[in-house]
Amino acid sequence: MKNLLLATAACALAAGSATAESHASTVNIGVILGFTGPIESLTPMMAGSAEMALTEVNESGTFLDGVTLAPVRADSTCVDSAAATAAAERLVTSDGVVAIMGADCSGVTGAVLSNVAVPNGVPMISPSATSPGLTTAEDNGLFFRTAPSDARQGEVLAGILADKGITSVAVTYTNNDYGKGLSDSFISSFEANGGTVTLNAPHEDGKADYSAEIGALASAGGDLLVVLGYSDQGGKGIIQASLDTGAFDMFMMGDGMYGDALLADLGGDLDGSFGAVPWSEGEGTEKFAALAEAAGVNGESSFTRESYDAAALIALAMMAGGEATSKAVAENVINVANAPGEKILPGELGKAFEILANGGEIDYVGATNVELIGPGEAAGTYREYTVTGGAYETVQFR
Amino acid sequence: MIDFLNAIVALSNFVLIPALAYGSQLALGALGVTLIYGILRFSNFAHGDTMAFGTMVVVLVTWAMQAAGISLGPLPTALLALPFGILGAAALVLLTDRAVYRFYREQKAKPVILVIVSMGVMFIYNGITRLIIGPNDQRFADGERFLIGAREFKAMTGLDEGLAIKSTQAITLVTAVIVVALLFWFLNHTRTGKSMRAYSDNEDLALLSGINPERVVMVTWLIVAALATVAGTLYGLDKSFKPFTYFQLLLPIFASAIVGGLGSPLGAIAGGFVIAFSEVGITYAWKKVLVYLLPEQLEPSGLVQLLSTDYKFAVSFVILLIVLLIRPTGLFRGKSV
Repeated sequence: MKNLLLATAACALAAGSATAESHASTVNIGVILGFTGPIESLTPMMAGSAEMALTEVNESGTFLDGVTLAPVRADSTCVDSAAATAAAERLVTSDGVVAIMGADCSGVTGAVLSNVAVPNGVPMISPSATSPGLTTAEDNGLFFRTAPSDARQGEVLAGILADKGITSVAVTYTNNDYGKGLSDSFISSFEANGGTVTLNAPHEDGKADYSAEIGALASAGGDLLVVLGYSDQGGKGIIQASLDTGAFDMFMMGDGMYGDALLADLGGDLDGSFGAVPWSEGEGTEKFAALAEAAGVNGESSFTRESYDAAALIALAMMAGGEATSKAVAENVINVANAPGEKILPGELGKAFEILANGGEIDYVGATNVELIGPGEAAGTYREYTVTGGAYETVQFR
Repeated sequence: MIDFLNAIVALSNFVLIPALAYGSQLALGALGVTLIYGILRFSNFAHGDTMAFGTMVVVLVTWAMQAAGISLGPLPTALLALPFGILGAAALVLLTDRAVYRFYREQKAKPVILVIVSMGVMFIYNGITRLIIGPNDQRFADGERFLIGAREFKAMTGLDEGLAIKSTQAITLVTAVIVVALLFWFLNHTRTGKSMRAYSDNEDLALLSGINPERVVMVTWLIVAALATVAGTLYGLDKSFKPFTYFQLLLPIFASAIVGGLGSPLGAIAGGFVIAFSEVGITYAWKKVLVYLLPEQLEPSGLVQLLSTDYKFAVSFVILLIVLLIRPTGLFRGKSV
């Protein structure tokens, strides 16, 4: 038993020193996503896409004199800030990650940013945190996101209503950072356009009964109901209950409500309803889809493109800075993401490294037409859709 | 007169009917909790997940029946699958009782220990259900969705307000009435039922008069399994089946049982309706109804909402607090907590 302990200790020591020695050639990148919790069905594909980008970096052979990037996964749980902070703390202190791809949900992302990333000076690029609150969060220039802020989505949604000439709506949002932020930004844009919100009522996800919310919303009235929730959670419950009681038969839906399962369940009853969802199209998106298919990753799932772009940006920023350090990432992300420079699509990371090594400039387009604005968040394109004949139909891109 | 009718219809559509259906589902759930408390003397935290497990069996059998082309016409197929779900849930709880609860019963463990044990059981049930059917939303309702739809009602009566009655709401109410009637008949008129009540009232006296405790316990679990599965299935038919919501249902169910008086079946039913009506009624915006009823100059400009819907859950807890402070035994003189 004693021998076994000794042997284990020796092994651990050896492994520890090995990591230290090879630090120059292997660099850890944290991938912190909610592998358990409300979005556990999305995160495996998101992590897969991010890791696909890192593999591409390693296989290019042109990255920083043979440095290898190794992903280290950690669980953000999406909802439990304390657990996410602990997981991120572990990434930084025991795995020594120099940058973090994540986190996913807005609440835990804010917690990881202020408790771990900022104190340790580790940059993070979130693929999916969309709360407007993160725009003004104190980040010391360490926080970026490849998903657009919901402040932008609020404007887009208000714009759709303005085009349709609808001026009076009732609003219900899922009671968390995402829902609250989105409803605030939507309402301020909508009221600035001269619209009236009859009632702004939150709903809790996963609850037994939504009659109370529907009763109040119906009494307040309005031309339609704006649902800013999740398609497999309370948002669906609200729509179902409104249809059942005849409270509303037209809905405008935020991005969390976009899902094929929703149409499969409610189908034709939703005809005429509309909404917006972050979308990307074009060459980069197609190339990403092909790459994902070749790698066996489901690239059609939500936020996979953003995840790929987030990981790719980390590597590109390191290359631009000439070293695999936190500082290089934080300083160069915006440079490599925006014009001027050679346009870089998914699968062309090797080419980008060569350009950067020769002192050239790049403009990373990636899978989502990345364009970082403000304090480093994606500008984002939204697809306006209507439901026709039980299927999504694109109206236009905004 | 038309205004008065419109007011009544709006009130029924958004308050009375939804609250009646929700109240019946809570009442059936609370009956199970209250029976366990009365006879086995502990608060069974695994009740919500017993409901989820029973309903899961119902869902699976329903799918099999739908695949085989068996249906009940306008009624949901799930009603046919209900007995299978009850059997499944009964097997599960009897097995648990054998493996877990009996051990603690023989030790004469304190109720609080049993409560913690039931929490452990809850997590295991939680896992089993997710392993078998997964954590996602499942739909298994079929048949006619509405007895009367809001638009049809408007067309039929010419009123401005629609009234929708879902067939699941009607089925919920009817089933709840039947189940409650059967339960009361069983408790009051059969030998086993009487021995259960005797055991609940005074364990020692009951044992002295020759009642077999293991038999009472077994029958209790069987009834609880049946109640849980029926409540769970009705709830799932009315909304949809998702294991997590069943876990969340635990809170209002316990509130109902305590408000009514733990251990009192009648109280559980009353408690279920009190909780449901207060949740919906207190947070309802009364503007619509008042606009119809009041003369024009008195019409409210605001929404006339007593509390925002954010406080929906606070309402149940405030009622719970008041009851515990003023009348700890509950409305129907159950056991004090």
